[in-house]
This record gives sequence, structure tokens and C-alpha cells, in this order.
Amino acid sequence: MRKKKINLTIDGNAVTVPEGTTIMEACEGLGINIPRLCYHPDLSLMGSCRVCIVEVKGMGFYMTSCSQKVWEGMEVQTNSPDIRQARRDIVELLLDNHPKDCQTCERDGHCELQNLAYAMGVRARHFEGKRKRFPIDLSSHSVVRDSEKCVLCGRCVRVCAEIQGVHNLSQHGRGFNTVVAPAHMANMDESVCIQCGQCINVCPTAAFVEKRSAGGVWDAIADPEMHVVVQTAPSIRAAIGEGFGLPLGTPAVGKMVTALRRLGFDAVFDTDFGADMTIVEEAHEFLTRLKEGPLPMITSCSPGWISFLEKFYPELIPHASTCRSPMSMVSVLTKTYYAQKKGIDPRKIYMVAVMPCVAKKYEARRPEHYLDLPSPASGEGQGVRVPLTDAVLTTRELIWMIKCYGIDFLKLPDGDFDAPLGLASGAGDIFGTTGGVMEATLRAASELVTGKPADRLEFTEVRAVEGLRETYVAIGEHNIRVGVANGLTNAKILLDKVKAGEPFHVIEVMACPGGCIGGGGQPYPQEGYHVLDPELLRKRASALYSIDAGKKLRKSYENPAVEEVYEAFLGSPGSPKAHELLHTHYTPKFPRGIR
Amino acid sequence: MNPGTCATTDHWEHVQAISREALGEPLWRFIEECRAAEHPESHLISVLHKVQSQYGHLSPTHLDAVAQLLGVPAAKVAGVASFYHFFRLAPRGKFIINVCMGTACYVKGADRVAMRLMDELGIAWGETSKDGVFTVEQARCLGTCGLAPVLMIDNEMHGQVTPDQVPAILEKYLKKARAQAPA
Repeated sequence: MRKKKINLTIDGNAVTVPEGTTIMEACEGLGINIPRLCYHPDLSLMGSCRVCIVEVKGMGFYMTSCSQKVWEGMEVQTNSPDIRQARRDIVELLLDNHPKDCQTCERDGHCELQNLAYAMGVRARHFEGKRKRFPIDLSSHSVVRDSEKCVLCGRCVRVCAEIQGVHNLSQHGRGFNTVVAPAHMANMDESVCIQCGQCINVCPTAAFVEKRSAGGVWDAIADPEMHVVVQTAPSIRAAIGEGFGLPLGTPAVGKMVTALRRLGFDAVFDTDFGADMTIVEEAHEFLTRLKEGPLPMITSCSPGWISFLEKFYPELIPHASTCRSPMSMVSVLTKTYYAQKKGIDPRKIYMVAVMPCVAKKYEARRPEHYLDLPSPASGEGQGVRVPLTDAVLTTRELIWMIKCYGIDFLKLPDGDFDAPLGLASGAGDIFGTTGGVMEATLRAASELVTGKPADRLEFTEVRAVEGLRETYVAIGEHNIRVGVANGLTNAKILLDKVKAGEPFHVIEVMACPGGCIGGGGQPYPQEGYHVLDPELLRKRASALYSIDAGKKLRKSYENPAVEEVYEAFLGSPGSPKAHELLHTHYTPKFPRGIR
Repeated sequence: MNPGTCATTDHWEHVQAISREALGEPLWRFIEECRAAEHPESHLISVLHKVQSQYGHLSPTHLDAVAQLLGVPAAKVAGVASFYHFFRLAPRGKFIINVCMGTACYVKGADRVAMRLMDELGIAWGETSKDGVFTVEQARCLGTCGLAPVLMIDNEMHGQVTPDQVPAILEKYLKKARAQAPA
């Protein structure tokens, strides 16, 4: 049934819109951009900030245009000296209870409150009242919570509940003392937080930011004793250009590699190589599970997802692939195989990973991802336990480091990754987007099962751009039932089906909407786009698909560097040595989440 | 505040058992009825009322138990409990001191009496002293304006109180508390 049409006037212009449209939506059709703060198009309505007020004839008060639906004959005025003054006052009152440290703030230049204050014409602070004071919560490896910068817009509460199904945050207390925090005002590391960092992305200010790791990296680079190695995840090349004004979706692999060399890294490796290793090990694991179970096998590359599994669905832990994530694969091979090959003492290697993700900072500190080094043969020094990955930087942190170093990114010549852990197939590139791990697995598994070359390389049916896909893929005589989910609310739907006994074979879960390209460490969106914007995610994904399509090498199995590592070091896929170095395990984590 | 203790195992039967134990049978049976109803989360406030009327306050352990048994996220339960003035998140003292801040008491210096009181006890409005003896609350007119400024401690009135009298008044109740406490 077609929706009833509603006629109204906005600033004197007659418009007709479907019933149920909000004033803000009706205005957008006319090219009127009403200022806003708490509103987010992909989250539920809250109407708490009051910035988007408009005047409606006959009403004795200003109405919030984000939440008020239109009615027949409504007369809306979006602009007048009084409305502009009222909006300016609202923003000034928010600023009054906000630190005055814009120049030293992590979000400087990307802050929605700052931009709003400028646009509203706030040029002085007229209100000086009491300021809320809260300590900064630095307890988490990934997410820093600074409640003094919070404007109580509630976007983080909503993204955590509605998109991620985690419900870690809520507003505690009331009035002036209201604060956004986990249950019982607990620290982030004592909460059900899964460290995905979506709260960082949707926060309009810097009430949530990533834990910084650049300090250790600068120190290591400056230390002549250290061999500093960097690896970059697939999604970095698809988004780093945004930080330097390149159009959204422009791949920037070559410039990124050159920039990393100029920063002083001794070797530049590709996490995509680790993705190829993961595929080879995971395909092998899948074949074993096909015979011995348990099925389905669920991918384990996304550390936010693994954290969610351990807190919310611990009974499904046996289903998670035991393969280490691509990041940890590259790190472990750097500190073992590469160190051995180059004759470098692994304790003198500082491993940096650039990730689109803040949960990777947590993964790097999990005890499973440490390496025991025996005392050196020379007899000098003792055995030590070192992390596989010493530091994880987000895309945002790398962009900042490049700017800080004075590198003119756009003028850089293209560079190539270093051998051998920098060579990767196109299957590794698409790991960064939803369905990518699945697609790469299917490319490999179809050959392993049938023994014949795959008749196709692209499995577009598993690209879950809308968040959730279920389908069947024929591989030889098997009809494989696959599920792909991104955003953990979507993952819950698949996991509940698994618990109900539905016979899936393989499931890919990525914690963040769109996959890694929409990760909690990616650049804040350019003007005209918003966080979680499907168009933003589509453009970043298209950069990865174009890199994959442009490569001759598209299957993980055919990567000669992968073959080299197995031949010279590991033996065969699934060998005891491969198991020792490339696999891991998971345990239930607490507090237990309520799903 | 420390997180509760109900959510430290991954076995549902175990979680359920500890949560039930934390609340007691009448309460968990009531929560189960609510959970079976159409919108379990809509019963949250009535559940919290019942828990508080039984235990006097809502501890993190109580709140976590409610969250697990009702199937409502703990952050939401704690958020609701902390929003409403009626819900108390900490145990109350043996004696409740109501300081009248009504107009008459206020102009007669109730604020200075209150400041002295809270200085002596080292607490703020609504809080309970470390030894668990006193909780200080505000009242809006106790109907004895002729005695302003007024303190009401449990059901006893203290009129025309000056800040200097506060330590002696507190000492009187402390003695009472000591006398009642088991040796």
C-alpha cells in the first residue's frame, strides 16, 4: 500500500512528502541542512541535544526536527534570528560544561561539537558555570573513556546496543551528574565491552578515543639497536588516502608503503600475506572439520568478534577456527622464520601492526599471543617472553604519524612491500570487507575438495553488504551452507540458529559494520558522509575489490611466499609446527554478557 | 563500585543458581513470572521496587542477578536504578538524619548546620557514614518552623540547632549505636 501524502510548507515552500517523514527528512529534500548533534541516521532517535530545533506555527515552543513527524498543513520555519540565537545558546551551554582544550584534543579538527560551534557562530563563551569532573578511564587496552568530554548525545549507548548487541553502556545517574559508563560505573576492562571501538567512531567529541600506541613506535624507530618491522592490514590501503584528501575509495598501497619506509621502518610487510596463511590453515582445518566436526566452523580473524564470543556465546567456542588472525600470523612468522632467515635476534625486533581496528590492540596483549624465547646460544641474557605484536596503530594514528613527520603523502612515489612476508594474493586483500574471508576460503576450499582448479574466483553472493547473508555454495559434491554477518546484532541471528541446530558449514563473522573497512580505528568520515554510512563502506570495499581484480595472483594457495614458508620452515599445512605457531585457543571471559 | 559477582561463570545453570541465591526465592519466582510475560523489560522497575523493599537497597550483586534472571543488560538495569531518586544503591545508616531545608529553617541557617554535619561525618547529601551509623538526607519542611532550624534523627526532633551543637548530638546517637551493637 502506498503511503498517504502529507502537504506542508517549509520556509514558505510547499512540499509533499510521505506520511511518517520527519521535519528534518523533509528539509533535506529541499537542500536545507538543519544542524544536529545527537541524531544519527542509522541509530534510533533520541532527541536529547535540542540543536535541531525549528519553529512550527501554532506551537508555543520549538520542536526537534529529527523526531517530529510532519502533519497535514504544517508550517515550518527553519531559520530566523530567534531560532539561530536559540541554537547558538544550546551549543554554548554544551560548551560551558566541556573542557576548553580543543587544541590539544585527539579530535581537534574532526570534532562535531567544534564544527557546530563554528557554524552556529559561537565566538565567545558567555556562560561560565560549574563543570563536571570525572577521571579518565584508561583501563582498557583499546578504548579510552573521558566523560568530561561527553555531551550525553547517547550515540555510543545506541551503537553499542543496536548495532553491536553488546549493551555495555548506559547513562548512569541524572541531571548534571549523568555519566555514560558500563554497568555499576565499572571500568571498561571490567565490563562486557568487546573493544570494537564503534563508540569511538560515532562519538561526536572525544569522550571515546583509542588508546594511543605511537609513543613506543617512535622510540623503537629512533633506537638503532632495534629492527622495526611494520605490517599493514588490507583496509588501511583503502582508507589511508582519506586522511590526505584523496577521494573516498582511492587505493593507496604504493604511497602507503613509501610513507612507512620514510618513517624509518626497516621492513614493510603485508598483513595480506598473513591472510593467505590464515586461508591455507583454515581451509585445512575446515577439511578436517568436514570429516570430524564440529561444524559449523566460524572464522576468528576479528578480535572484537572473538571477545563477543567469549563473553556472550562461550558455549560456541569449539566452533571458532583455531587459526591465529592474519596480524598474529605475520607477527609470529616475523619473530621466528624471518628472524632466523635474516639472522636477527628476535628480541631486537619491534613488530608494529597498522590496523583499522582498536580491538587488535587488545588482541596483541592477550597472553596467547606471546612468544617464549629461550636464552641465546651465546649465553648472554636469559629466556624472555615477548609479545608477537609489540604495538598496534590505527589507521588514524598512522595518518597522524605521517603528518607529524612532514611527509607529503600525495607526492610520494609508489613503493613495494618487502619479501617474503609482503607478498600476497588478491584473496588476502578482500579480507578487509564483509564476505572477504568467506570468498577467499571458498577459492581455496573448492580446489582442495575437488582437486580441480576453481571454475570461478568471485563469490559475490557472500558479500553481506546489508549485514547478513545466508546461502548455499556448491563445492564438488558438497552443498556448503554458509552464513556471513557483520555487526554483532546480525551475528546473533546466525549464532542463535547454530544453537538451534541449523546445519551450517562455515560462518564468517566480523564485529564491525561492513567488516574491517568500517573498523573502530578508521579515519573519521569526510564531509558529506557519516559513520556507518553504507555508501562510505561500499566505496572503501570497492577499493579492495579493484586491487584484488588487478592482481595476477588471486588464490592464497598459489602465493609463492606461502609455499616458501611451508617448505623452508613449517612443513605442511596443519603440521605440528604450524599448529604450535599459527593456531591459538579461546576461553570464556567475564563478566558474562546478556544477549 | 565493584561489579557484582553473578556473572563470573559461563554455565547458565550456575549463573542462574547464584543469581537466585542472591535474591531469594520469592523474588526470583516473581522475576520468572515477569520473564514469561510479553515484555519482560517493562517489569524492570517493579522488580527493583520489590528487591529494595526486601533488602533496603540495591547492591551491584542484586542488580546483576536481576539482569541475568530477567534477561535485561546489566548496564540498563544499573542505569535505571541510578536514575530514580527512590532507588538506593548503597545501604542506609542505622540513623537517618533529615535536615530540614525548608524556607524557615534555611533562613535560620540550616545550610550551616548541614555543612557542619557533613564535615563531621565526612560525607555528602544522601551518603552514609563509613561506620554505617548515619545517613544524611534533605527534607522540605517538617512542619515545625517555630523550632527552626530543625534536624530530625529517626523520629526525634532537634530544634534551634546551631553548628556548634552538632558534635554533641552525633555523640549521643553514636553511644546509642554502640550500646545496641553486639559486643
